[in-house]
Parts: sequence; structure tokens; C-alpha cells
Amino acid sequence: MKKRSGNFANLLFWAGLMLVVMQSAALAQDRFPKPDFDSQYRQPLTQTPPPASPWQEGADVVVLALALGLTSFFAIKKRSRRGIWAMALFSVIYFGFMREGCVCSVGSVQNVSAALFDAGYVIPIGVLAFFVLPLIFTLLYGRTFCAAVCPLGAIQDLVMIKPVKVPEWLQEVLGLFRYIYLGFAILFAATGTAFLVCRYDPFISIFRMSNEFGMILFSGGFLGLSILVARPYCRFLCPYSVLLGWMSALSRRHLSITPDTCHLCRLCEESCPMGAISKPTPDALPVSREQGGKRLAILLAVLPLLILAGGWGFSRLDLTFSKMHPTVNLAGQIAAEDAAGTPGLTLETRTFRSQGTPTETLFTEAEGVRRRFRSGGWLLGAFLGLIFGIKLFQLNLFRRVAEYQPDREACFSCGRCFSYCPNERVRLDQLQNRY
Amino acid sequence: MADDPKDLKRRDFLREGLRTVSALALGGIGGMLGARAGSWEMVWQLDPEKCVQCERCATYCVLTPSAVKCVHAYDVCGYCQLCGGYHRPGAKTQDTAAENQLCPTGAIKRTYVENPYYEYTIIEENCIGCAKCVQGCGSFGNGSLYLQVRHDRCLNCNECSIATVCPSGAFTRVPADRPYILKGKQGESL
Repeated sequence: MKKRSGNFANLLFWAGLMLVVMQSAALAQDRFPKPDFDSQYRQPLTQTPPPASPWQEGADVVVLALALGLTSFFAIKKRSRRGIWAMALFSVIYFGFMREGCVCSVGSVQNVSAALFDAGYVIPIGVLAFFVLPLIFTLLYGRTFCAAVCPLGAIQDLVMIKPVKVPEWLQEVLGLFRYIYLGFAILFAATGTAFLVCRYDPFISIFRMSNEFGMILFSGGFLGLSILVARPYCRFLCPYSVLLGWMSALSRRHLSITPDTCHLCRLCEESCPMGAISKPTPDALPVSREQGGKRLAILLAVLPLLILAGGWGFSRLDLTFSKMHPTVNLAGQIAAEDAAGTPGLTLETRTFRSQGTPTETLFTEAEGVRRRFRSGGWLLGAFLGLIFGIKLFQLNLFRRVAEYQPDREACFSCGRCFSYCPNERVRLDQLQNRY
Repeated sequence: MADDPKDLKRRDFLREGLRTVSALALGGIGGMLGARAGSWEMVWQLDPEKCVQCERCATYCVLTPSAVKCVHAYDVCGYCQLCGGYHRPGAKTQDTAAENQLCPTGAIKRTYVENPYYEYTIIEENCIGCAKCVQGCGSFGNGSLYLQVRHDRCLNCNECSIATVCPSGAFTRVPADRPYILKGKQGESL
């Protein structure tokens, strides 16, 4: 009897509550009065464990600077492949597995572009340091950051067991993807759409030992590929590598294959798995001066066309691209539902409709995003057209090279070529026999 | 021609000039953004007022279990014996039996305080951030249970994968020195 009445009371209670809920669907507070305790009970506080303290971020910046300095020292002064290897191992362990790969310099490109184009985004100083420091070091000493400080580059370097030679033409073509990726990463970050580089980071699942299944497969595949193809991410995808390449091409000092003068012995010719060694050019020009001049003139005429065509083409794709933006996506869904007379088909639209924002506001916002994609598309297309044009220039430009030297833009300063140079052997012997 | 000193000089000159330009550009970007950078570090947090308890926090976090957990604003709680956040709707009895509990992982602990009040505590190790209790408490109670990103767990990804799927836009970056959006008196004092 007692039990039944309990059940009945229970039922009444829930029914009553249901009524209350129906009347006020919103999160109402104070439905029940706060209790006055007779006992000595004291209400505990909500625990608020703090985030990793700012000094952790500061420490990371210091470690980054030290690692950059040490690697540059090993690459240029000490000429020690072993030292660079050890630094790579350190970076994979520290920046990769311990700090779990976030924030990295590669991704910081997006934070910087978001900060440049979106007034609402404030970039943390630590992230800014991660963006600027490697570029400064590269401007001074070449891409020592890629060699052994970047955890993404380092992990590929460590698993590079049996690299195959990628044909030069293929390498050039695939290398263009870096520019495309950079362009899209900046466009999508600047419009507040997505951080593509983070979303499709192939190594983060390895560093974190967790991700969705598809990304884990992707990571495994990429790591497997890195065994056979030297640094596929750095060479063909990495958007930051574009900026680093520019800085490295202008670098003040750079790792050299030989410690002395090159005797053109050709021993190092095939030593670079990344195909980043420039070979001495033949004395004769490949084409006559007149012909070369004519080609350059054509290219000069074509370059503005490429830029315009690229800009126009990409600005036409604003509708397609902007659909990646959550606001535009939602506006599309709302419009489709309104047209079909079936509101609330998805969680997103249900949520939006429950929030009470007028649909016009959403549509205006979406239109604003689309317009930003249009102007951004012009910039992106023009940039890609320019890059494509410059590549054509470079293919037709005859640059005299007198000795075997690293191609400064492409060289990762990993130091694999050191041991191939006979002069290096002499140098090491001298070091040993000095005493 | 091969070792024409003029040719080499021009190349060096160009390189040096461009290097200076690059250095200035880097300095410019760094200085400009650095001057605007308000805080050393930003962290992700969700606004409980915007949260719609869609359960995505439980599944989209890169961590398993999620870094989003239920927290309790004790000074908002009514300390009821029959708790909308603790008991399954239609629970036969208002006790602590497993079949009466709403939480799928048994992450809420109920302790008797004094008649008729009960204290509800989140066992954070068990909580998966599914927000079932948040929904129950918000619908039937005072709304003292709510979700927060726990910063001792959160990896602070550059792109929070929950934020990309949050339907209500509750996820934002907040300054690291004020990393929680709390309910109750604790929230007001912040």
C-alpha cells in the first residue's frame, strides 16, 4: 500500500514537472527554493582546475628558440648529422608526444591570417612567437627548423628508411600543392570558416594516439608513405614550407655540402633523398639568347593573364567555398526548410530556430561571408596565378651553378649529404688526428 | 662568364636586399600583431547559457573521454530528493539504485545531507560530458548542473573539434586567466 502511494506521488510529481516544463521550455532557474541547512553543512565550491599556466607556453617558446639555435649550430658550424638526428628525436618526443603537437608553427599560419583579417580574433603571443621565430632563424641559417625542430618534419625524417627518387618534373608539380594548400588555409582561416591545416594534420593522431578512425588510417598511411618517399608532407603539402622556402632562399648563411671547395667529384650527386641538390650547369646556354628572350617576353605577357584568370576563376567559386562556413551552411539549410515547409529537420536548424534570431539576420550574415569569399577568391586566384607564372619563369630562366650545392629553397638542412663529400672525410680525419 | 664577378655581385645584392625586406616584413607582422595581442594565451570554453545539450561534446572531443565534463553550481541547486538530473524520468523510486539513475556512467554521487536534502557531486573520472543530466536538471530543476571544458584535461587544440560542430555557437576562446564561465555566485564574482 505504502509503495503504491509512493509511486502515485512520484507520478504526480513528474506530471506536474512536465507541465512546468511545457510552460517554460527555456532553462529556468529557481524552480526549487534554495535550502536552509540546519546542520553544519557548507556548500562546496565548483572546482576550477586552471589551464596549463602561461609559463608553460613561455617555456615552449624558449625550448623552440633553443632547439632552433642548437640545430642551426649542428647544421652549419658543427656539421654533425648525428646532432641533427638527435635534435629531431628530441622534437618528436617533446613537441610531438609530450606537448601533443599543439600549437605548431605550421598551424600558426592560420592564427596569423585570422588575426590579420578578422578583427575579432586575438592572437596569443605564444602562437605569434611560434610563427615568427622559425622564419627568423630560417632567414639567418636556412631551414634548420624543418631539419629537426618541427615535429611533423622530424617524425618523417626519422622514419625515412628507404626513400625512392621522385622524378624532378613530378617533384616540381607536386610541390605546387603547397601553394594551393597555403592559399586555401589562409582563405579559410581569414574568413573564420575552418582551420584546414589542423583538421587535416596527418601526424596529430600519432602524437595524441587518438583520433577518429578515418584520420588514424590517413595518419598511418602517411607515416607508411614517409618510409618510401622522403618527407612527403614537407615537400608536397606543408603550407608553412612555402614561407620557409622563401626565407631560406634569402638566408644569410646556409648549410653547405662540402666543408671546403667542391671538386665536382659527383659523389654527392644522388645523396639527397629530397632531390634538393643543384648540379653544376653546362657551360653552353640551353637555348640561344634570342630564343630565350622571346620566351621571356611571351611569359611576361602571359603572367598578367594568369593572375587575372586565376582571380576571376576563384572568385566565381565563392558559393561553393562559402558552404564550408557554418553560418552559410546553416542559412542554406534554413532557406531550404522554409522553401519546403519542413522546419527543424536537423539539430542545427532546430537550435537556430529555438534561439529566436530572425532568419534575415542569418541571411545577411551569410551574404557577408559569401562576399568575403568572393574578394578572398580574387586574392587567392591571383596569388596562385602569380606562383604558376613564376614557376614557368624559373623553368625558363638559366641560372648558372658552378658547383654542387644545396638548393636553398628546397633544402631541409638535414645534413645527409655531409658524409658523401670526400672533403668532409678529410676534415673529420683532421679533427681526429689533431692531437 | 661562369665566374663573372659582376653577375655574382648582382645576385648577392638582390638576395641581401630581399632579405632585409623580408626581415622588415616579419618584424612588421610580429610587431603589429604582438601589440594587439591581448593575452598570452586563449583557451576554449563553452557558455552554459547557450548550450543546448546536444550530446556532441561527448563524442567530438579529440580526447576519449571528452574534456568537457558536467560541473555543479551548488549554490543554485535545490538539494531535492527527487532530482531531474539524477533520476531517470519515470523512475520507480527516488533512491540510488542503478536502474533509477539518468547518468549512463553513474558519474553522479548522491549523499544525504539532512532531511530532506541531498547533495549531488560529479565524479569527474566517470563523466563523459553527454549532458543528459544537464538537460534533466535544466528541464525539471534549477539548472545547477552544466557543462564546462575542464582545463586540466583539455589539450587546447588550435581548432577545437567540438567547436566546429557545436550547433548553438556556445564554444568560444576565452582569456586563460578567466578560463571558466560559471553559474551561481562563483560566476558573478569572476
